[in-house]
Order: sequence, then structure tokens, then C-alpha cells
Amino acid sequence: MNITVCIKQVPGTSEVEIDEKTGVLKREGIDSKMNPYDLYALETALRIKSDKNAGLRVISMGPPQAEAVIREAYMMGADEGYLLTDRKFAGADVLATSYALSQGIRSLGHSDLIITGKMTTDGDTAQVGPEIAEYLQIPHVANVLRILELNEKSITVEMNMAESVEIQEVLLPCLITVEKDIYQPRLPSFKLKLKTADRPVHYITFNDLEDKDESHYGLKGSPTQVLKIFPPPAKTTSERWEGKGEELGQRLAEKLHELKFI
Amino acid sequence: MSKIIVHQNAVKGKSHDALIKVCPFNAIESDGKEISINSGCRMCKICVKRYPDVFEFVEEKVAEIDKSKWRGIAVYIDHIEDSIHPVSFELIGKAREMAAKIGHPVYCLLMGSKVGSMAEELLHYGADGVYLYDKPELLHFRIEPYTAVFEDFINRIKPSIVLVGGTTVGRSLAPRVAARFRTGLTADCTMLDVQKNTDLDQIRPAYGGNIMAHIHTPNHRPQFATVRYKIFDAPERQDDASGKPEYLDIGSDKLASRIKVLEVKKKEKVKSIEDADVIVVAGRAFKKEDDLSIAYELADLLGGMVAVTRPLIEAGWADPRLQIGLSGRTVKPKLIITCGVSGAIQFVAGMNNADTVIAINKDPKAQIFSVAHYAVIGDIYEILPEMIGKLRALKTNNR
Repeated sequence: MNITVCIKQVPGTSEVEIDEKTGVLKREGIDSKMNPYDLYALETALRIKSDKNAGLRVISMGPPQAEAVIREAYMMGADEGYLLTDRKFAGADVLATSYALSQGIRSLGHSDLIITGKMTTDGDTAQVGPEIAEYLQIPHVANVLRILELNEKSITVEMNMAESVEIQEVLLPCLITVEKDIYQPRLPSFKLKLKTADRPVHYITFNDLEDKDESHYGLKGSPTQVLKIFPPPAKTTSERWEGKGEELGQRLAEKLHELKFI
Repeated sequence: MSKIIVHQNAVKGKSHDALIKVCPFNAIESDGKEISINSGCRMCKICVKRYPDVFEFVEEKVAEIDKSKWRGIAVYIDHIEDSIHPVSFELIGKAREMAAKIGHPVYCLLMGSKVGSMAEELLHYGADGVYLYDKPELLHFRIEPYTAVFEDFINRIKPSIVLVGGTTVGRSLAPRVAARFRTGLTADCTMLDVQKNTDLDQIRPAYGGNIMAHIHTPNHRPQFATVRYKIFDAPERQDDASGKPEYLDIGSDKLASRIKVLEVKKKEKVKSIEDADVIVVAGRAFKKEDDLSIAYELADLLGGMVAVTRPLIEAGWADPRLQIGLSGRTVKPKLIITCGVSGAIQFVAGMNNADTVIAINKDPKAQIFSVAHYAVIGDIYEILPEMIGKLRALKTNNR
């Protein structure tokens, strides 16, 4: 059985700011890390790997620096890592990213199960998993809370819905996106770090992909365009109250009365 | 293919470090001799603006699509069994507002099994057409049949814009359908508007709400957007129904699925904070779990609910369903009183649409004050008991 996990390098914090004058994202001094939600996907795959003796590949798309998250996945126990990197992928929106990833996954041969995190902390879209599944023409289940059973032919999962938990049995191959807390992710191991220090990270470039129509990738393959980015509007404080605690408490009660909340 | 090219001649005499630093995405590289652009490039063109002599944006013209072939704003009607998810009404309201600007109709798309009664109800909210797919195969949400129906609907009706609620179903279904049409989808929009040429202006938070992005889909149709519950206002229900539902059929062969639903387990029902008109939020200023009783007392007096911030969930003091913020729920109550909440952006993004915000915090510089209508600087342990006492007195006098 082969499992492929999609991972992404994201900024180490979401506390990013915009330079008001230039409208540019201030990224100086911001570290990168693996998208925290991907750790749950990876942990899920690692457990299946040891239970079923499955092969575990990770794949990411990004600039060469993104190799770092693949190294981290090695330190957690992934077998092989692939990085999709090519200037032709530059400027990709969610759709073009999903398409490139689906092509990259295809280029690796057969995957029985593809696992992604619920979403990323920089884009927050939660779209990439379902879009990859669409391009690979396999079913997907989002928001998986638990895996109940996995065999050669199918996987049975609990899908988290608003008011219910649906148990779905899905034929393989398929893609699942897992909720955080499905399992507690393990920490990278120092032993594995030493052991995998020489393990290569495989690069996948445009030329390795089956679909060589450039218009499907990068900026040109992206139907959405960002017109601009700007800081969120701050509401101005209409009133600022200071004083003794007791007085403020009284005043608040009176205000609520005046506003007809009581 | 559009790209940014580097004029190496112009690089001479310039510091490579300075050039590299221009890019917020670390996409500019140097090998010591030449400057190049790697795949991290997002085509933001900041480098082109700063060093126009070095970086040049070369755009390739693409054939423009005929936008007039796509008409109408369609709303996907999300439902749980036979009750319509309220986000669907909010989207109908937004769709009507935009449709009026461009003279387009508003359509509802409803799929499921035995969903006729919901279709009748939808007619009271001013949609121009309600399209139904009523098939036993659609009883449970399974991705392939639902996608197939959505595809069939789009091929028949050709809507210009498709709005989907950011529910569990919507967030799984919308990207799948958008990918099938190789078109754009903007998730969790907080503002939507439409241009005369039917281009949809989509504004959404990114980076955990620290940044807003204005996105458009200039050359693809339909344009997909998802919107979370409680972002827009639902229109009033009209007594008169307009039009009548139209049933569309789809061959059962198209509804085949590799997914079997074995069981549906109901979650225990708790009143959701999303439905509360008044919310009292307990933050980190609460020193121990027992002290939350003060928040509950205040909420009870106001007929509201208590919600909490993430640290309290992590401490195990409250049910995770009571968490407000990007990793929790988005709320839009009439009144929200935050007690000892610092106002991290990830929290604020989940509540800043409340009608009235009262924030109580000891720290005069607390971020929460930037979104508060009443910024009350003080200690919750002094203010709240006093406030509760006074409220109780007022309530008694009212009777």
C-alpha cells in the first residue's frame, strides 16, 4: 500500500503585517515551518505505515527552501519526499496549485491513499485537498475525525458534519483531509534526523509532469487574481471608559438598560 | 506565459542582497553572478515597481471569454435533513443585492431526497427560480453524486456567479465543482460586490485574518465563492411566494458513487453560540475555572450565552463548540461583551461583525479595543459583580 501526504511550508507565524505605504507584506525575520495541520495528516499516515507496512511519500510545492519541511517529514518517519519546484509554477492560485500537485502525485505512480491536512495557516482555504481529488478523479472525504478500518480495497472513516458524524466506507484509491486532533503528532526524532541526513529530496519539475500544457500551471493556469492586499479595517472606538471598577460596573449596567438589553 | 524577466545588465552595480530583499516571498535568488526568480514567485510585481530597470513583467494576452453567455447568480441551498441552513438565506439576500445591480436573476439550487417542502419555503425569499434535484441517491452527502448534480445544473443554467455556504458540505463540495469547471473559487469571503461586466469582487481574510485580499476572476465563469454563516444578513421572509420550483432530472448512472454511507450518528444537540443574540465572552483574565460562574450569571441575566477564547478551550474549561475565532465559530450577535479578552486577530475575525461590542480589559492598550464600541478599562473581578448586581436591580424594577 502506498500513501502520499501533501505538506506545505508556511510562515512561522500568522502575525504578519502590511507596510501601509507600499502595500507590501512585511516578511522580514519571519521563520518558516510546516503547516501545523499537515502534522496531523503525516501522523495519520505514519500510523498506517506501521500498522500496514505501507510506503509513505510526502509531496510539497514551493521554492527550493521548502525542502526543509520534507526534511522534517523524514525526521518524523516519511520514506520519500518530493518537491514540485519550477518557475513555470510561479504565481499559482489554489486551482493551479492543486493541479500541479495532482500532476506531481500522478508522476509518482499509484497512490492508494492520499492524506492532506484540513487547511493551511497562510491561505486558510481548505480547497486544495478536494481539488486534487477532482483532478485525480478519485473520491474524497473531508473533515475526517477517525479512521475505523482500512484494508486493501477500502477505508472506513468518520466524517465530521455540523450536526452529525457520518460513517463512510470509501473504495480506494481516495483522498481524505483529516481534522486536527485525529492523532497527536509525534515530534521529529533526532535519531531519524541522523539516519536521513543523506536521504535525497527529489525535485519534480515541469518536464517530469504528464500534462505539458503550460497554460494549466502558474499564473496562467490561475483563474483568480489578487487585485490587492490591505490591512483589515479597524473599527474606531466610539467610547473609552476609565475609572473605578464599581463605577464602571454600574455604568455598564445602565448602558445595557438604555440599549434595551435588559 | 506571463512572467517576470531579469535584465542582468541592469543588475550590475547593484547589491544582490538589496534586490533579494525586495521580494516578500523569497523568490529572488542570486548565484553570486546572476539574479534569478524561483518558483516562489507570486507575480505580485513588487520587484517590478521597486526596480523597473531590473525586473520586467511580460504579459501574454489571452483570449477573452464571452461573459454574456453566463447569466444569473446561483445560491447552493445547504440543508440538514429537511431544514435549510440559515447561511443559504443570507446568500440569497446578498445574491439579490448584487443581481439588482447587473439585472441578473437569482437562482437557488437544491439537491437531496424528498426536498420539495424546502423548495416551497425558498420561494418566500425572493429568488427568481428554484431548481430541484430530488433523488434517493442524494439522501446523504456523498461527494461524487453531489458534484455530478452541481455540474449538470451549471451546464444547463450557466450562472455567472455561484455562492456556496462555508459549511462542512459547502467547503468540500465547492472546490470539487470549481475544479471540474477549471474555474476560480474564493473561500470564506467577507465582502462581495459585482462589477458592471459581471466580475465578482471577492474580499477575504488571509494569514489568519491579519491581511485582507481583494480577489477577482477576470476570465473564467462561473465565479465561485464560499461565505461563512453570519457574515451577511438574511432577507425578511415574504408572505407571498414567487414563482414555482422547477424539477430537473439527472440519470442515475451519473449518480454512481464509490462511497457507501454506513451510519449517521447524531451529535448531541447543544444550543450553538452562532444563534445567540447576546454573548458574554470569557478570556484569559479568568483566573480559575470556578470563576466562569460570573460570566454565566451575566449571560443568564441578559438571556445570552457564554463563549470563550482559545486558551480556555486548551485549559479544558469549556466545550470547544463555545470557542470564537478563526479556529472556532464566527458569531454575529446583537451584543457581545468580552471580559478579559486581549483580542488576538484570530479571535477578532470571529466576532467583529457583532452589532455592539463592549470590551472589558485591564490593559489600556489591549487590541480588542480597536473593534470595541465601548472600551472599558478595568478589572473584570471588580466590574462584573457590580454590573451583575445593578442589572439584577434594574430587572426587578422593570417587572
